[in-house]
Amino acid sequence: MSNTPDDRKYADSHEWALLEADGNVRVGISDHAQELLGDLVFVELPEAGQSVGKGDECSVVESVKAASDIYSPVTGEIIAINDALEDSPEAINESAYEDGWIFIVKPTDTSELDELLDADGYQNLIEDE
Amino acid sequence: MVFACRPFFVLRNEMIRKTILNDAHRKLGARMVDFGGWDMPVNYGSQIDEHHVVRNSVGMFDVSHMTVIDIHGPQAKLFLQYLLANDVAKLTRQGKALYSCMLNESAGIIDDLIVYFLDDENYRLVVNASTREKDLAWIEEQAKSFDVSVSERSQLAMIAVQGPKARQKVCSILPERLGLSAAEIKPFSACWFGEWFVGRTGYTGEDGFEIMLPEDKAEGFWNQLLQVGVKPCGLGARDTLRLEAGMSLYGQDMDENQNPLESGLAWTVAWQPNDREFIGRAALDAIKRQGLNSKFVGLLLEEKGVLRGHQPVVLDDGSVGEITSGGYSPTMARSIALARVPASIGETCKIDMRGKLKEATVVKPCFVRQGEIQIDV
Repeated sequence: MSNTPDDRKYADSHEWALLEADGNVRVGISDHAQELLGDLVFVELPEAGQSVGKGDECSVVESVKAASDIYSPVTGEIIAINDALEDSPEAINESAYEDGWIFIVKPTDTSELDELLDADGYQNLIEDE
Repeated sequence: MVFACRPFFVLRNEMIRKTILNDAHRKLGARMVDFGGWDMPVNYGSQIDEHHVVRNSVGMFDVSHMTVIDIHGPQAKLFLQYLLANDVAKLTRQGKALYSCMLNESAGIIDDLIVYFLDDENYRLVVNASTREKDLAWIEEQAKSFDVSVSERSQLAMIAVQGPKARQKVCSILPERLGLSAAEIKPFSACWFGEWFVGRTGYTGEDGFEIMLPEDKAEGFWNQLLQVGVKPCGLGARDTLRLEAGMSLYGQDMDENQNPLESGLAWTVAWQPNDREFIGRAALDAIKRQGLNSKFVGLLLEEKGVLRGHQPVVLDDGSVGEITSGGYSPTMARSIALARVPASIGETCKIDMRGKLKEATVVKPCFVRQGEIQIDV
């Protein structure tokens, strides 16, 4: 079964957003999302330095089953991407919340995080699906 | 995250059907999906691991959703010679199997199937699950003019055991007499004992068996296979295995809007003898005379990404074709596809992948067989 850590927020489009100590937001997809997708085989990463708005498509993950757009949960600038996913997209399957992170945004307004779901809210969402 | 491409399974609202092995799949932790109205395992963990186990060792699939139809009667052979585009007269040895299309009058493909020759008055057809109702209706309608009976054998389960170690594992646990016969049969042949029927056929490009058996024996046999180390595999791996093997999937690579000549299936049409009338022959003859303007090819993506069904294939001359089945090839660690394209296609083309044009090489539509990559990568 999928797990949902309560140290971060969730978008209803299945991304997670973790506010780090330095004020940046790390982004990935939920364990539930990776389970739905099945084995990941390719990740199209955004570019560092790229500006993104909340809800912008900025990455694509492709699994054996389907391609899915990843939306930025916050507005800001992408300051880091997880290059390791280029060779090991399966890291998202194996560790959706840690090694499988996708990019980091330097947010313009961290209060956007308040509009996202907390762990309980997200858990309810996926149970209703 | 939003699914930008439709997953290969299709959700439907109608009453979902279950095979006799449904509980067995759930006990093994299978992820179940609605697969054309059947509640089937898509994987038991990792689709890619299941794919590799079939290429390298042995895996098994529950394919009990497929439809088994027995044709019996003094005119069974005559009937099938009329019903099918391939010619059952080629089947002279008992147990021999033949792959064929079943066409409508305009040569559109109603279904693709395997026919087994049991004896002059008995043949067995295995048709797709998704086409069950229309196939049965069509076959029964056509059978009215012949002295034959058409019986669906819905009480049979079917398990496909595939991979280089499949025969050894299966023969070791089959009822003794059947095990001895099964060890002897040639590819694309079958043997049987009572209600048990073993065909050396499959849909993976590997050696193996497809075993039909009474439903009440299915779970016991499945568990015996597990005990001798055969790994359960879902329909996800079945799809990537057949794609690598270049085998067509009905409803995706062809349907009633296409004829066999434009679906890479010309080899399955028996033109000789000239005087054999089969359904669709007149239309097919006319199409052949006019010449084909499309071609069925394999594609190998030269860039990163995954080819998917319905993506446009853009040729150098600007004409456009379409991917019919695409996906990730675990054996080649590359993306591959089957596509119907204008006959003018050269050695390369571009694929419109979500608005970006990516480079692909045109290859023979057969990527992997017997564990070996068949094309230059």
